[in-house]
Amino acid sequence: MNQTIKKDFLWIYRAMKTSRYFEEKMEKAYLEGKQPVFNIGAGPVLGEMHLSNGQEPAAASMIVHLTKNDTVTATHRPHHQAIAKGVDLKKMAAEIYGKKTGLSKGKGGHMHLFDPNVKFSCGGIVAAGMPHAVGAALANKKRENDWVAVAFIGDGAANTGAFHESLNLAALWKLPFIVVVEDNSWGISVAKKDSTSVPYNDVRAKAYGIKGYLVKDNDPIEMYKVSKEAVERARRGEGPSIIEIETYRFLGHFQGDPELYRNKGEAPSLREKDPIKRLKQYLLKEKLATESEIKSIDEEVYKKVDTAYEFAIHSEYPEPTEALEDVFC
Amino acid sequence: METTKQKIKKLTGSKAMIQALEQEMNRDSNIFIMGEDVGKYGGIFGSTTGLYDKFGPERVMDTPISETGFIGAAIGAAAEGLRPVVELMFVDFHGVVMDQIYNHMAKIHYMSGGSVKLPIVLLTAVGGGYSDAAQHSQTLYASFGHLPGLKVVAPTFPSDIKGMLISAIRDENPVIFMFHKTLQGLGWMDQLEASLGPVPEEAYTIPLNKAKVVREGTDVTIVGVQMMTVEALKAAEQLSKQGVEAEVIDLRSIKPIDKETILNSIAKTNRLVVVDEDYFSYGITAEISAIVASEGFHHLKAPVVRLAVPDVPIPYSRVLEKHVIPSSQNIMDAVESLLSS
Repeated sequence: MNQTIKKDFLWIYRAMKTSRYFEEKMEKAYLEGKQPVFNIGAGPVLGEMHLSNGQEPAAASMIVHLTKNDTVTATHRPHHQAIAKGVDLKKMAAEIYGKKTGLSKGKGGHMHLFDPNVKFSCGGIVAAGMPHAVGAALANKKRENDWVAVAFIGDGAANTGAFHESLNLAALWKLPFIVVVEDNSWGISVAKKDSTSVPYNDVRAKAYGIKGYLVKDNDPIEMYKVSKEAVERARRGEGPSIIEIETYRFLGHFQGDPELYRNKGEAPSLREKDPIKRLKQYLLKEKLATESEIKSIDEEVYKKVDTAYEFAIHSEYPEPTEALEDVFC
Repeated sequence: METTKQKIKKLTGSKAMIQALEQEMNRDSNIFIMGEDVGKYGGIFGSTTGLYDKFGPERVMDTPISETGFIGAAIGAAAEGLRPVVELMFVDFHGVVMDQIYNHMAKIHYMSGGSVKLPIVLLTAVGGGYSDAAQHSQTLYASFGHLPGLKVVAPTFPSDIKGMLISAIRDENPVIFMFHKTLQGLGWMDQLEASLGPVPEEAYTIPLNKAKVVREGTDVTIVGVQMMTVEALKAAEQLSKQGVEAEVIDLRSIKPIDKETILNSIAKTNRLVVVDEDYFSYGITAEISAIVASEGFHHLKAPVVRLAVPDVPIPYSRVLEKHVIPSSQNIMDAVESLLSS
């Protein structure tokens, strides 16, 4: 048991660290060509950029329980989920750089990452991935396998019709479906308390007769335990669950967000509770890992991410006329 | 424009919108705004900046991401006599709420035999050109223009933005008011001359059914809307250096469309290029070509040229996006080949 825990927690640590380092590099890469005057359309990395720094436990501590056969649908803030699901990091970086070697040959960009090899997709419309995950879960049930489908959404998405319709379907058909609500307290500038009629979305499970879980304070270990139970229940055919995790958005909604709507002290105080540091301390305290083991994971992560960025930066752009391809099969 | 002797200031598209909303809200207490991030944030594309502080949360309401809910609620509130101005951030996001828009907002006046009025303004940001990819870069002018019962406007310049927004608010019908992100004059996007222009300080109206000749010419007519008007003007300047005088029409109104201005222009120029940031098939270029084929065919010396996004979703990568959105260069090339044919 201890060996499994050790293996899983180190996996979670590695996934979170990879996402964090990938995004810290992205934060810098995104600003290239956008200084001194910020222009969203300038530089090598373009368009809106939604980073997930701080939200890593929501993805890593759930996806550790999944295999390649399980489906994940994700959000407009998708890097931590994609990385944990094992999306090809080189191709993902290249996609974000708009290169021919990217996952979608430069057509998708950071909000539209698709890697069917690991059953990962995401999109730019709030809650839209939820019914897709319901459909994947329906396919699993029809085929009588024990695969599950997990939809990641933000807390703002829990107020859409798609959220409620998806839950009703998943409950009605008793599907192997889980929705992870990443509650980062904000829907762009609107605080959760000003948008959501209940303090926590786990209670909404009651309305659909399904299981609801709440993970407080961005805790990667609690998220691990709760997700394990939800995934095992889903695999056993015991139906869907909602897991809401209180998580942290260290950065703005998108890069360039002036964040005038939130207290200046909020992000720094969240950073003090950095979940990656907390997990590291836990691993050391519980003697699940040594400093040198962690250091070697860190070094592997840096190398892997650096290699992915090198690949992206040195890849070719598509030919302009490739824009006309792929509309139909 | 009902201009008398009054103060005129240079404003951005965004500031022109805000001024229109503020003046109208001061005039009529039935007007209120709701939408995502329209309150403290002031609208993601600067449509409501400062209004939350001036009018408070009762009249500038931040909503949850419950589009069917709040846009549907605008219909109910309008039927009760209020005058809601609702914003849905990106036009691309309307997919989730189209039932409320095309089955209800657009049809209730008709279905009720004219007994129910819905004076709603639906604000939404349109357009690409900054690599925001397929779900955040569309214009969808034609998708809305296709539906009976909706007025659809898409002004380009700050003075038109203000005057048409005031008209939209005062109109008794639902009006889809599309503003182009790049023409808002926002500090974090491309800075365009067109996004800053003289705007009279007092409230004034501009009709919702009139196109505008923004450059006179004799050799060819170019019809555009929003960024395509800007590109057309750029092309016209270059063409002028080669001795070709293009007349540029800023459509401004998608529905109803101003046939007269277009037909009068081609009666003079005998040649037409229509340029659109929306998709090619069944779009503005098709509509205008059909109007001209039916009602102005005898004026034409050459076939109409249509430039639009070639029936592909808007791609992310800059090189790909540039390939599909028409540019001033594409327009110049089209005019040159049209004149040599």
